[in-house]
This record gives sequence, C-alpha cells and structure tokens, in this order.
Amino acid sequence: MSLVTVQLGQCGNQIGHEVFNAICSDVHGTHGLCSKKENESYRDACKERFFCEEESGVPVARAVLVDMEPKVISQTLSMAARSGYWKYNDQSHFCQKQGSGNNWANGYSVHGPRHKEVIMNLVQKEAEKCDRLSGFFTIMSMAGGTGSGLGAFVTQCLRDAFPTSFILNHVIWPYGTGEVIVQNYNSVLTLSHLYQSSDALLVHENDVIHKICAQLMNIKQISFRDVNQVIAHQLGSVFQPTYTAESGLHYSRNPLGDLMETLVPHPEFKMLALRNIPQMPENSLAYSAFSWPGLIKHLRQMLIANAKMEEGIDWQVRPPRLGSSIPSSHLTNKPVHFNTSIANLVILRGKDTHSIDLGSFRDPSLYTSWLNPQDAFHAWKTPRAFNKYEKSASLVSNSHLDNVVGKAWNMFASKAYIHQYTKFGIEEEDFLDSFTALEQVISSYATL
Amino acid sequence: KGIYDEALSSFFRNVDTRSGGDGPDIYKGKICSLKARALLIDMEEGVVNEILQGPLRDVFDSKQLITDVSGSGNNWAVGHKLYGSQYRENIVEKLRKTAEHCDCLQCFFIIHSMGGGTGSGLGTFVLNLLEDEFPEVYRFVTSVYPSGEDDVITSPYNSVLAMKELNEHADCVLPIENESLFGIVNKIHQMISSGKLGSTVKQNSLVTSSAGSAKTVQEKPFDAMNNIVANLLLNLTSSARFEGSLNMDLNEISMNLVPFPRLHYLVSSLTPLYTLADVNVPSRRLDQMFSDAFSRDHQLIQADPKHSLYLACALLVRGNVQVSDLRRNIERLKPSLHFVSWNQEGWKTGLCSVPPVGHSHSLLALANNTCVKPTFIELKDRFMKLYKKKAHLHHYLHIDGMEQSCFSEAISSLSDLIEEYNELDATKGGPRTDPSRLKIAV
Repeated sequence: MSLVTVQLGQCGNQIGHEVFNAICSDVHGTHGLCSKKENESYRDACKERFFCEEESGVPVARAVLVDMEPKVISQTLSMAARSGYWKYNDQSHFCQKQGSGNNWANGYSVHGPRHKEVIMNLVQKEAEKCDRLSGFFTIMSMAGGTGSGLGAFVTQCLRDAFPTSFILNHVIWPYGTGEVIVQNYNSVLTLSHLYQSSDALLVHENDVIHKICAQLMNIKQISFRDVNQVIAHQLGSVFQPTYTAESGLHYSRNPLGDLMETLVPHPEFKMLALRNIPQMPENSLAYSAFSWPGLIKHLRQMLIANAKMEEGIDWQVRPPRLGSSIPSSHLTNKPVHFNTSIANLVILRGKDTHSIDLGSFRDPSLYTSWLNPQDAFHAWKTPRAFNKYEKSASLVSNSHLDNVVGKAWNMFASKAYIHQYTKFGIEEEDFLDSFTALEQVISSYATL
Repeated sequence: KGIYDEALSSFFRNVDTRSGGDGPDIYKGKICSLKARALLIDMEEGVVNEILQGPLRDVFDSKQLITDVSGSGNNWAVGHKLYGSQYRENIVEKLRKTAEHCDCLQCFFIIHSMGGGTGSGLGTFVLNLLEDEFPEVYRFVTSVYPSGEDDVITSPYNSVLAMKELNEHADCVLPIENESLFGIVNKIHQMISSGKLGSTVKQNSLVTSSAGSAKTVQEKPFDAMNNIVANLLLNLTSSARFEGSLNMDLNEISMNLVPFPRLHYLVSSLTPLYTLADVNVPSRRLDQMFSDAFSRDHQLIQADPKHSLYLACALLVRGNVQVSDLRRNIERLKPSLHFVSWNQEGWKTGLCSVPPVGHSHSLLALANNTCVKPTFIELKDRFMKLYKKKAHLHHYLHIDGMEQSCFSEAISSLSDLIEEYNELDATKGGPRTDPSRLKIAV
C-alpha cells in the first residue's frame, strides 16, 4: 500500500524534500547488513510505499507540494531533480504569489476555500496512481500561515474526500523564543482543528532537534537544513518497511493503518511523540558499537523521564510502584512527574534484532490502567539496517501533550493581534472554541 | 548577466523599447529596458528634472511623472486639499496603469517627508487614495520626520496634519530622522578617515569624495544619507525577492509587528553601517552585528529602544547566517531588553541567503517599541508652540476645505496615540500576573 505525502508551506516542503532524500539514500546505501534477498524485499516495499515508476526509470515521489508563494517549491523541485536518484512529478504542485503572511485565518478562511478544487485535484491524481492507498502523510509547521492554516483546511478536505483513508499529520513545533510572533495563536488554532479531522498528530519540536544537532551531532553552525535532516532521519526510521508480527514473512503493507491500530486506541488521544537513538555524526559511526540492551534501556528511561534526546536523561525518575498513585524518586521521596503512556511502539532495525528482550517495555506501571500492556505495547523489527546505523531504535509513544496554551492565552487576554485574524474571518469566539478544545485534551492526558 | 528574473520583476518592468515602450512587457529572458514600477510626484520640477537628466533617466518613464511648477509652499493644506483635488484623477489613472502591469501587486511604498507641503500634504492624500482604490494592497510608508533645527517654520503643522493620515491609513510606518542619518554617515566618515581601513577606499565613493575638503562640516551629504534609506527598503524586501531557509514576506511584517491597528510605527536599524557607494566598511564579526542593531546610534530615528518597551521585534538576516547564529544572539541579547508582558518572546525572524552587494552578511532590525514616543511628544510640543499663538494659521485656513477642526482633530489624534504608548510604558517593569486559564470539568 502507498502513502501520499502532502507538503504544506515552506517548512513542509523543506522537510518533505529531506524525507524523500533520506529514504532514497537509505535504499541505495550499501550498509543494509543483510542478505541480498532481504535488501531487495526492503527496497521493493519502500518503493511501493513512497514512489512510483516513470518511463525514465527515475522514481517519482508520491507527493503533492503546496505553498502560497513560489520560491520554496521551485527550489525543492529543482534540488530533487538534481540528485538524479529521485524527483517530484512536474505537475504535482500548486503555488501562489503572495504567501499567507503568517496569518492562520488567511490560510484557512481565504486560501483554503479559494484553492480547494485545484489542490484536491492534485491529491486525487496522486491517490489514483496508487494501487492501494494506505493514507496521507501531511507535513506542516504550526507557526506560520500556510502550513498551519491552509494545512488545517486541507486536512479537513482530505477527511471529507477520503473517509476511509488514514491521515497522519506531522507538525513542527516552532522554537520557543520565536520564529513568528503570533506562532502561539497559529499553533492553538491548528491543533484544535487538526484534532477533529486527523487520525494522529506526530510532533517534532525545533528546540529539541536543535539540541540534538548541537550536542549529539556536534554541528557548529546549525542551519535549518541540518535540523530538517535529523527530522527526516527520525521519520524514515518509522516509515521504512518493517515486519510487524513476530513470524512475519513479508514486510507490512499498511504502514499508516498499523500505526493507528497500535497507537491510537481512543480518539481523544491522538498526540504522538517520536524518539530515535542513537544519533551521532556520520564520521563517528565507524568507531561506535551499540548493544541492544543498552539502547532499550536508554529508550525506556527517555520515555519515563520525558527526555527527548539521549543526553541529560534524569535517571532518578522511576515508574510508580503498582498500587501507589504517586510516583516517587528513588532517592528522595518527592513526587516526580511521570510520563504515563496510552500506547508505545518500538521499532528496531539492524543486526540481531531477533534476540532482543523487550520485557521492560511491557511493565504495566508504564501504562494507563484502562489498557492491557499486551494491547498497549508493540514492537516492529527488521534485520535491514537503516541509514548507516548498524543498530537503530525508535519509540513512537502516545503519552503526552505539552502545555501549548499558556502563552497563547496570555496574549489573547490582551487582545493583541486579534484584529489581524478578524480581518480574515476568524473571530474571538473561534479562538475561544479552540482554547476550550485544547484544554479538554490537555486535561484528558493529565488524568492518565 | 542581463537576465530579467523574479527578483528584478518585483521593482522593475522589462519593456520592449522597439515598440516605443507601449508594447507588452517581456516577462523572461534578457533585459531589454528596465522601467521602475514607480510614480514620481512633485509640485515643483527641479528635483524630478535632475533625476531625468541623471544616470537613471531611462529607468523612469515620463508617463509616470506628475509635476507642477510652483510647489506647495511648505503648506500641507496646499498639497493635500488644493493639489489633491486638482490632480486626483490624473494620479488614479497613472496608479491604475502601473498596477495593471503587475502580476500580483502586494505592496505600495510611499516615500515622503513630513515637514514640507507636497510630500506631506499631497503624499498623505495619495495614501488615502491608495486605501480607497486598492484596499487589499499593503501600504508601507517611509516618512522623514523634521528635526528640531528644521528651517521650515511650519513643519510642525505639516507633520501633525500628516500624522493623522498616517495613523488612520497606513499599514506600517518607518519613521526616519535626518539627524540619525547624518550621525551614521559621520560615523562611517570617521572610520574611513581614521585610516582603520587602510587604503581600500574607492575613489569615487560618495561619502569620502569630500573627505579632505573644508566644506565637509557644512555640506549635507544627502545622497549618502538617502542611500541608507534605500538600503533599508532593499533589506526589507530581500526575503521577498530572494530565496532563504526562512522567508519573511512584507505581509508577515505587518502581521507580526502590528499588535493593535494604530500602533504601527516601526523603528529600524541596519548593520553593518554603509552607504551603497562605499562597500569597503569591513564586515564585523557576526555577533557584533547583532549587538549593534540594538544600539542607539544605529537607529534611523533619535531613539533608544533598549531602555524602552518592546511590543514586538523583527530580525531579517541576509547572507551566510544560520538559525543557530540567530538563536544564540537572541538568547544573548534578550535579558537586556524589555518586552511587554503579553509578548515576552515576541521575535519574528527571517533568513535570506543572498547578502547585499559587497557584503557577506547584514541585518535589519525592526522594532515596535515605545521609544518612538519622544519623537511624537516633541512634534506635539512644537506644534502647540505655534498653534497657541495661531502663528501662520491663516496660510492654511484660507485653502478650500481647510478648517480649524482639521487642526484640532489632528492634534487630538496625535495625543491619543501618545496616550496609548504611555499606557503601555506604565506596564513596564510591573508585576506579571498571568490571566487564569479556562477550567474544564473532568
């Protein structure tokens, strides 16, 4: 089954491009560390998922590129074509001239309805090229106007036009100290709307990825390209083919469906976080050796202590003893915030994946009481190594919604910038609805 | 290279001169003849004639000029009411023509001074016109404010009357003060003549051509000063014209920097300092460039944003600067700046890959900051000095359409604006009480 990627806005298009790059380079790399047959199987599954063949032989990404200004798309298309390994379809893009001005209302209420037909036509064309459609993967930032506003509108349209397909929204959380001043408004409006039409939201935070670039990848002058490449690697580690059942004989055919089934048992809980280890500069890979027990241990503690990267993990946090409702630190007796999960999915790629002990992830104290650990935890594996890492472990978890509302509410109380939104049809009431919806979700997650 | 591309097309048309300039525009390919997307309006002919005889004469189409002979006599009313009504149709027609040549018209730049009669009066008349005829197109105004020692006696009247129009009809205003431009030019002067740059100064560079002359002090190097403003507009539009990893369009500037409709006055600063003709000022270290952008001597008006209150701040970087450089400097400078309580992290950033000519990187900072207040208060004081004595008032009141109420409304509008800034300043440094959040029944 295939995935159609919808790249929205500058961020969505820049990241989308890196994602296809990462997937392609992984498939063409010689570090698969597995049998030729295995490699071919992997490659075929990957191709079916993300690319379709053209007469020229160069794989064409199953993607639709949307932006309200022309520069980014034009760059993205030409960079892809230059690689020689893959490209975008020359027709599968739509852009305008003016941009959305970082205005969610402009993206949602003006550009959305105005360009709905053209955009959905492009999506329909890509969908028809798939033998079987697994669903849609949209990439957008929450801070700006196009990705966020138009993205929310397009997601709604996707849901209406494809009621039986899965929709996974990949959203980028902007830097805390601002890329856009109204980013908190745009984020609140985006999240509340996506929650209604999407099946799941996978979040990446710029601050976190930036730290990974600085502390783990040792990059000195970090550019957005660096950040996007780390994000692409992490996404690839989830979406590249895997075996989902212990005795699986072939690579899973339904990536989105499987994901939703394992991680979203209840529609009130749709927020997914992604952690991937190890992460290090390419030239250090040759000198590093990893053990699965070590990786699993770190990943589990990252989950428990809500650490987003493999450094500065608080090892003092322990899961609460069964029967006690207050988790306590091992040394002191202060209650410590513990990250309870609805569901977890571990994805393991590389050597010796068959012999890994994942018992620690089946510990019932990690999960909310209303689910069986058997239903809440899953593991997918493949012996085929990913993107030059001999062993790579990812954790997709449904456990947390960060408090996004505080800053936005603060600004809303002063009514600052509201006139910019009402100009395009989003009223104070719409803001209140969004705030209410999000507070509801936050409170649901808090009571886990 | 001579290729007409998207970047050029933002400010110029490419015209096929063989058909006498009336033919269709050439959209791609080689440059044939560039024509500025501009209207030049002056009620006297001297300045415009000079331009038409100068090196840029081919860039301006005679059909884009609106001139008269006698000038406005430094009288806002003559410019706004008299010439306004007289030339209205002519202006609208020429505007429409220019707009029709545009594929997608996003923004008007109005460039004028506040203290005179034409720029101030007719200029704000045109501003009104633009709002009526093209309501969806952004109106950015670059206004040169009169200094204290301005030799035009009526400049306070003209400026305050114009301010009312700016308050009500502009999307964004970039105030400029000659004193600041002069100070910046002097600074460059000093740096060059102190020999710190060695012998790399261009002979024909405008700023240094009169370096050794005795006239330097009395001569006002307007060209060099004006170059600074030109660079301001270039940097402002750089991200709309060129690619980058985080684009910042003009409508984003208005969206992020204007939290309330009337508070749309933005203090600007450019680093590193230079005038276009002189590209040999050495590029400073990156971090120094950021620090300078917040220093009082780099602002284009006499203001000190560091000691006043920020409502919002935008940083547009050009050249080889990455997001980590931006973050590092924001973190570094943030503690010394005061931001309003509901916008503690109010930064808008943009990264454009293409640096200005002759430089490896540059920075434009735009601040919506209460430090504009003193400029407005001074303007009000100077106005009141004249108004109380009714000095020169008759020159204005005898113009058709001018009444005493125009003056009282204008000063009232300015007072209200000052009051809004006062209220914001009062919140500075006060205790922060965050409003309580919505409670959800579980």
